[in-house]
Amino acid sequence: MSDSPDVFNYTKKELPSNFIKFGYAAFVVGLVLVVLSLFVDNVRSAFSGVMLLMFVASIGVGSLFWIVAEYLSGAVWSTPFRRVAEFLGAVLLVLPIIALPAYFNMHDIFHWTHEEVVKTDHYLSAKAPYLNVSFFTIRTIVFIAIWVLFYFLITRNSKLQDSTKDQNLTRKNIKLSAVFVPLFALSITFFAIDWLMSLEPHWFSTIFGVYYFSGTVLAALAAITYIVVTLSEKGYFFQGVKEDHYYSFGALLFGFVNFWAYIAFSQFLLIWYANLPEETIWYLQRWEGYWMYFSIGLIIIHFVVPYFGLLAQPSKMSPKRLKFMSLWILFAHFYDVMWITMPTYQEFGYIPGWIELGYAIFAIGLILVIFNWKAGKENLVPIGDPKLKRGINFRL
Amino acid sequence: MSDKILYSLTGLFDTPDEIIAAAKKVQAEGYTKYDVNTPYPVHGMDSAMKLPMSRLPYVAMVVGLTGMFLALFFMWWTNSVDYPLVIGGKPYFALPAYVPIMFEVTVLSASIATVVTMIAIVFKFPNNSHPLLDTEYMKHVSVDKYGISISAEDPKFNYESVKSLLESLGAKNISPVYFKDEVINFKPNTFEPKFVLSLIGLFIVVSGLTYVTLNKLMYLPPFDWMMEQSKVIAQERSDVFEDGRGMRTPVEGTVARGFLPYKYKDNPDAAGKFLVNPLPATEENLQVGETKFDIYCSPCHGYLAEGDSRLKGQFPNPPSLHSAKVRNWSDGRIYHVITEGQNAMPSYAYQLSREERWAIILYIRALQRSLNAKESDLQ
Repeated sequence: MSDSPDVFNYTKKELPSNFIKFGYAAFVVGLVLVVLSLFVDNVRSAFSGVMLLMFVASIGVGSLFWIVAEYLSGAVWSTPFRRVAEFLGAVLLVLPIIALPAYFNMHDIFHWTHEEVVKTDHYLSAKAPYLNVSFFTIRTIVFIAIWVLFYFLITRNSKLQDSTKDQNLTRKNIKLSAVFVPLFALSITFFAIDWLMSLEPHWFSTIFGVYYFSGTVLAALAAITYIVVTLSEKGYFFQGVKEDHYYSFGALLFGFVNFWAYIAFSQFLLIWYANLPEETIWYLQRWEGYWMYFSIGLIIIHFVVPYFGLLAQPSKMSPKRLKFMSLWILFAHFYDVMWITMPTYQEFGYIPGWIELGYAIFAIGLILVIFNWKAGKENLVPIGDPKLKRGINFRL
Repeated sequence: MSDKILYSLTGLFDTPDEIIAAAKKVQAEGYTKYDVNTPYPVHGMDSAMKLPMSRLPYVAMVVGLTGMFLALFFMWWTNSVDYPLVIGGKPYFALPAYVPIMFEVTVLSASIATVVTMIAIVFKFPNNSHPLLDTEYMKHVSVDKYGISISAEDPKFNYESVKSLLESLGAKNISPVYFKDEVINFKPNTFEPKFVLSLIGLFIVVSGLTYVTLNKLMYLPPFDWMMEQSKVIAQERSDVFEDGRGMRTPVEGTVARGFLPYKYKDNPDAAGKFLVNPLPATEENLQVGETKFDIYCSPCHGYLAEGDSRLKGQFPNPPSLHSAKVRNWSDGRIYHVITEGQNAMPSYAYQLSREERWAIILYIRALQRSLNAKESDLQ
């Protein structure tokens, strides 16, 4: 493009005020509902706490994954928006805090924490060396520590680059990313096993970590897409940002919607085929009573609607469609986490109530407040990144 | 040069922006038969060339969906209708198991159809070449240059004006592309010796490999491990037993499930005296009796048991079952005949289960009644 903007002519702008206001309002309303629910129905609130933790962890670690993926693949198109992922990744810092309500009520959530049950149960006592409270605590702390550590290291280099314009920092981040990827694969797998799969301690599925990963990267990508499209429409990025970038977001969203469906169906098909009671119980639980409608709803919400919503080429470029679909996918991921968590709380059916709603509002508010906090402190565009100019001029 | 037929005039550009601008200009000048060649799909080219939406996606969709439903129909028909088999304790119509196959067939048929259609359209099937192939122009545009090619078939085509247009756009390497001689002079000759010989060679290689695989390779380890198992196969000799018989006779007095030993062997009178039909004369039992009678009895005795089948006259005449003798026999006596046979009639004990024999007797009684009804039946 001949009229390409001057990259270094960036002036920092405040985020739109209604964006900030909405974030604080959701945070306060959510917080009130969450605190209230802790007194009204402790157990249900604790289960919702698991949902909150897994959803926020999805956004945080998924954003970190996209930052790392950009460095490792040498992608340039996403460089102008990397800061959005970096700001969203900051929710990793509060993970230990939001894990607390669920952690202190783990006796009500996790069947395997009851020592007298484990003693009489052959399977649980065989799993006891892994599934016990102290090792569980250590693992959770280690995983969150790994994420926070790498988040800190990578974003520190990225921030430093804004002022120094040092290209070696990019090279350093690539090395850090290469170290992080295997750690990420292991940590997210075991994190999902600990907090979601062990809700049903007898049940196991070898693909479960991948299943959670597919939802995680999809949700994080949807959050990034929504914020990028919204802010870019209001002129927060450079003027070169348009269809080619939007198309890349849309195509990735579409791809990961299919990836999720592929993994989810693989998990179901293998368990259905083998027909072993200790495996099928998990799906049977989700097919009893009202849960059947929830399960059918999951297919429609998490796959059918986003699939057809993003299938056509024009819909991957339309900002309106992208904003709608990314919000929809975020909802679908919350729904997915609920579908995994809640049958343990209530068999044969379940109506989401104000407690779950409160936690959902709180999750949105928390993410937005942290985003605002980071956006207030730092540049919205990595102005020192050597790939930035190519990223803005990116053509498919 | 002049005896060659001109295909098009081509020009090269260095950047995607230049080629988009060039395509817009050529489009605005009113040319219709031109094409743009780039090393990768340049976005925005469709709108610059004002191309209508490609119709290929429709081919992909129609063929893909057809493939999907054909796969579903095929599996439904074979597994749940024509030859229902229980596989792995799953229902006859096991949709989750079909999904991967439906998916694969959809992808396969859609992609093959898309490629074939595209080749057919671009190369104008059955041609399998294109004048632009194997030219300097094509070498450049498939590596690092962006090219435009304005066809000589275009109604507005004029060598000089097109050349100056390309020059004004800043194109480099403006060069004409001609139809190749061998394409112009191409005469199809299917029975060319080289072609026939290569076909024969291919035939020999493929059949030889097939022969070796099926007749030699399969009998070499490790491919014969499935065949050569250390177990006794039915009818085979075994050295474990003294008498060398692999198949063992059951222990004396063994009764197979669903069978009872027949107590009245060679003793028809006792059978007639002691055996009683255990089946009630329900419609269901009569239905079974009719079916089995029509299959096993009617070829000789006839559908109405009058001994008037198509075998009559070619064979010792089968008796009618409406004779007074048979009518006065007890059910047990008839059962004995079916079980043991009589005169030319063989035993049917192997073809018919006990229940089926009794059901046939019920049906014979009904046939007899229909020809020799009692007064009381009329009421």
